[in-house]
Amino acid sequence: MMRWARNLALLLLLSGAAGCATVGSDPRDPLEGFNRAMYSFNDGFDQAIGKPIATAYRDVLPGQVQTWVRNFFANLYDLWTGFNNLIQGKPADAVTDWARFAFNTTLGLFGINDVATSIGLEKHDEDFGQTLGRWGMDEGAYLVWPFWGSSSMRDSAGLLVDFYADPVVMHRPKGVRDVIWGLRAIGKRADLLDASRILEEAALDKYVFQRDAYLQRRRSQVYDGNPPRAAREAPRAEAEDELQPASAAPVAPIAPTTQAPQRAAPEAVEAAVRLLEAPALPAATGG
Amino acid sequence: MLPAFARFATAAAAAAIVLSGGARAQAPAEVPAPDVLVKTVTLEVVDIIQKDKDIQKGDRKKVVALIETKVLPHFNFQAMTASAVGRNWDKASAEQKARLNEEFKTLLVRTYSSALAAYSSQKFEFRPLRAKPTDTDVTVNVRVLQSGTQPVTIDYDMEKRPAGWKVWDVRVGGISLVANYRTEFDNLVRENGIDGLLKALQTKNSSLEQPAAVVNAAGAAKK
Repeated sequence: MMRWARNLALLLLLSGAAGCATVGSDPRDPLEGFNRAMYSFNDGFDQAIGKPIATAYRDVLPGQVQTWVRNFFANLYDLWTGFNNLIQGKPADAVTDWARFAFNTTLGLFGINDVATSIGLEKHDEDFGQTLGRWGMDEGAYLVWPFWGSSSMRDSAGLLVDFYADPVVMHRPKGVRDVIWGLRAIGKRADLLDASRILEEAALDKYVFQRDAYLQRRRSQVYDGNPPRAAREAPRAEAEDELQPASAAPVAPIAPTTQAPQRAAPEAVEAAVRLLEAPALPAATGG
Repeated sequence: MLPAFARFATAAAAAAIVLSGGARAQAPAEVPAPDVLVKTVTLEVVDIIQKDKDIQKGDRKKVVALIETKVLPHFNFQAMTASAVGRNWDKASAEQKARLNEEFKTLLVRTYSSALAAYSSQKFEFRPLRAKPTDTDVTVNVRVLQSGTQPVTIDYDMEKRPAGWKVWDVRVGGISLVANYRTEFDNLVRENGIDGLLKALQTKNSSLEQPAAVVNAAGAAKK
């Protein structure tokens, strides 16, 4: 099964490479031709196999059981989250993550109940791609992997490390591992059913919409929800009831720039800077 | 398979809720503070959704109506559209601008109503506002708490207008709604001009107009 998938992936990589001739217009996505080929393969695979299985999982299994499955895997992952927080220089967060693991594994019955959240130990979301970002590595080109989906050069390196640190992947015997791995994958896909439905409805070009969402999301994650927003636009000047030109609402670059908004009044700039600099989540490590 | 989009959508539900309600705040004697507005409206609409059996059964028309009466008054749609269209905005005529505004509004309302349908009793945490009383451009932070997952952040960029505080961008899990449409819109304008963008939006909206009929037809075809 795994070998079959790997061969297929290789085939796709080769066929996708043929699409590279298409020059992408977006500097963040120089491999757009390849990525679009991967994206449409993933989409087809999902429509044919992923989504139907996930839908059946959601409709057949009692909601409580789905929560247990979700919590069980989330709990395992907290160990790795804590390690990432530690090497990102956030020891307090790391301690929270490991305390969560301790509480949930014992009181929460092997993690199926998230008791830690109810006593104020908040869950964090870290992975090695974020750690690399925290350490200053640029995300590099956007990449779409077969089956996995959105990624970037940096996040792909992160994924590789995440993969080898994954207790599910390390589990033996392999037969059991494959079952657990499959269950986790189905559960994850099921949790995204609403999201994918909304994507279908919201996007004019699903590929572009998802890519931009991914890049924005990852950037936010690297900065724990408070990315520097020097590109913050000036306050909207035009009224909603009059159709005045919006005096060139600038295209905000995704890449961080350090240039200050030019049209903003000094006070607004000051307020914006204060908002940007202030840690928005002072109580995030509460407990 | 949609890792980034997951939080976006889950919390777009919450975003919709937070922005809903409070139509009576339209012409107040004194303008309520932005964080107070967000909180009041959120709690009010959560209450409506949890009590309305039709909405829970998935009555999309009712959700759309709820959004139109309660959410829209708090949005500066003109600013959102201008920002999403970006550098091409100045190329549009006044009439095109008005139509872009309408189509984008329709699309967002539909997206919101879809997101609202996914709401299931998450809890909200309202962060204290970090701003001076004299500020006219603020960001209101809300977090959606769910057991077993990291809280989802919703940031409302709001500006003080004569009619009260208006939202000009929403960032869900760090994903800006407006910025996320910018590349799409830009591509469409580059290919076929402003009219091309308008046409794409109209096509999208009309394809969503009969979702029930399409779904039923697809279901019947499968059987």
